[in-house]
Amino acid sequence: MAQVSLRKLVKAYEGNVQAVKGIDLEIADHEFVVLVGPSGCGKSTTLRMIAGLEEITGGDVAIGGTVVNDIPPRDRDIAMVFQNYALYPHMSVFENMAFGLTLRKFPKDEIKRRVDNAARILDIVPLLERKPKALSGGQRQRVAMGRAIVRDPKVFLFDEPLSNLDAKLRVQMRTEIKKVHQTVRTTTVYVTHDQVEAMTLADRVVVMNHGVIEQVGPPQELYHHPATRFVAGFIGSPAMNFIPGRLEGDAHGLRLVLGSGVILPVPPERTARYAPHAARPVLLGIRPEHLTDKKPTDKRNIADFPATPEVIEPMGMETLVHFRIDGHEISARLDPACPVAVGEPITLAADMDQMHIIDPETDKVL
Amino acid sequence: MPADTLTAGRTPATHAPGSGSLQRFARRRSTIAFLMTLPLLAVIVGLVAYPAGYGIYLSTLNRTMVRNIGFGNYEILFDTDTFWSVAWQSCIFAITAVLLKALIGFWLAHMLHHIPAKGQRKWRGMLLVPWVIPPALSTLGWWWMFDPTYSSINYVLSIFAVPAVPWLGEPIWARIAVIMVNVWYGAPFFMIMYLAAIKSVPEQLYEAAAIDGANGWQRLRYVTLPMMANIISITVLFSLIVTFANYDIVRVLTNGGPRDLTHVFASYAFQVGILSGNIPRGAAVSLFMLPILAVCAFFVLRGVTRRNKEQM
Repeated sequence: MAQVSLRKLVKAYEGNVQAVKGIDLEIADHEFVVLVGPSGCGKSTTLRMIAGLEEITGGDVAIGGTVVNDIPPRDRDIAMVFQNYALYPHMSVFENMAFGLTLRKFPKDEIKRRVDNAARILDIVPLLERKPKALSGGQRQRVAMGRAIVRDPKVFLFDEPLSNLDAKLRVQMRTEIKKVHQTVRTTTVYVTHDQVEAMTLADRVVVMNHGVIEQVGPPQELYHHPATRFVAGFIGSPAMNFIPGRLEGDAHGLRLVLGSGVILPVPPERTARYAPHAARPVLLGIRPEHLTDKKPTDKRNIADFPATPEVIEPMGMETLVHFRIDGHEISARLDPACPVAVGEPITLAADMDQMHIIDPETDKVL
Repeated sequence: MPADTLTAGRTPATHAPGSGSLQRFARRRSTIAFLMTLPLLAVIVGLVAYPAGYGIYLSTLNRTMVRNIGFGNYEILFDTDTFWSVAWQSCIFAITAVLLKALIGFWLAHMLHHIPAKGQRKWRGMLLVPWVIPPALSTLGWWWMFDPTYSSINYVLSIFAVPAVPWLGEPIWARIAVIMVNVWYGAPFFMIMYLAAIKSVPEQLYEAAAIDGANGWQRLRYVTLPMMANIISITVLFSLIVTFANYDIVRVLTNGGPRDLTHVFASYAFQVGILSGNIPRGAAVSLFMLPILAVCAFFVLRGVTRRNKEQM
């Protein structure tokens, strides 16, 4: 049993600066949870408190049902992979991986068996005699993971492990990490600021901002049903467009009137939900992938959306078009075959079934 | 046009082949590099190589410095009991002092490293004081403190009912006194070097070791010390050379006494060469440690290079 529980967890620094403001989180056995958020949101501090590298100001951390607040890192039965690998430069790859077991006085043949097994999983058998200096960034990260795997701990902690790798290697290592988790099934807490990593790796994503948890849920839920404006804007790339507007209603239903005079009909099935907010300013949230070029479709609730491209970014499989409405920058994802030119007005199709209405006062998604 | 260009390009070579190759030689990167290091080479040759070579030459002359006697001075020294006593005392002095300086320096550096940054500067400054005072002057202070009549150390000991110690009067205490002063003077150098080395160890290595299960002692043994190995080697080597060549402390504190039992090579060389007027034999005394230290330096620096290649 290796569930991790964070209860009312607080971390305050000198001057009463709170990095983590009383968060609650239950991580199930075998689960892969990713803490994601911008720099300074408290995700790394939370991870370090789980690891025992940071003193806990308030609340509890429990691993496997035992509160570990006062237990030193070495007795928490955890393993951690650091952003800059933290491999011992004077030890060979084998010695690096075996270090934790040697300190725990494991028999030599057991150490060798475990290191060989981890090396096979990570495909680093030929590197065992090398020193870390003789390894590439990706290989070093594998060794750091190997060091964690051999310990067979209750919990793996990853602190932005892919941040130092180039884009191609990052994608490759992401897959490796997922494979390793599918093989060893150890409870994992993974910290990253990269929402793509979070979405691709996690069973559940925890979005943090300013020391609090904004939302917890499976990646698809966060993408389709964000709870707050922050989550809506953070998850998804390119980020969601936010356009100020006003909900207006009449006998035929609700309409969303944007500042520029663009009128978008609200899908009838959402009328009841938004009715209390009629005649009040709201924020329309719509992802670039739901603002596309017009083409014949069976979909209902598609609305015309006028745009005059200011910047066009052909990406190969899609074309990103940037334009403005009332001074707000908007992006749309178009089919690369769609003819667009800078300054030439076009009419886009907005998928109103995928839009979100946000209360600008509370920043909550309605 | 191409024909013109070819002709124009060929002209200087045709007219002045020698000056062209001279220009090329002068423009070569290796030539420029050599010329730029020439001032430093001149200083090294003038202040290190020439005196060293001249010292070796002097050690091969007879007392009147008119006849070359080869290794004659060394043969005479090897037959002298005092010389072997000096060699033994020099080894005890240098090895004990360097060992103690290294241990105390490391302990101080370790302590300082764990003091918050604000207070650390104050302590660092205070602890460096022994190293910045001219040793001849500070040794004079120690001499007063060891003085049989006015010894402040003996006064403090008397408070605890410890009988007066004849610091500079008995060989064993005189040897301890000389080592104590050398350690007092040299430990801050070790401290500052080790502090810089400790600070350069990435914090995440300690965190990784803590998670791997290392306690405080194991973190020191498996992370701090290996990461400091190069600085420790170089500092010990440097200090060993300087301590073997130490002159001022022995000269001021004991002048080699009692009964020549606290002499080290430098003070004995001064006594033989300058005070007794046998400069060639004095040179032989001072050169005695050169081959041993050279071999030490070779192995230490080879270790440093190997570690650098493997780890950096």
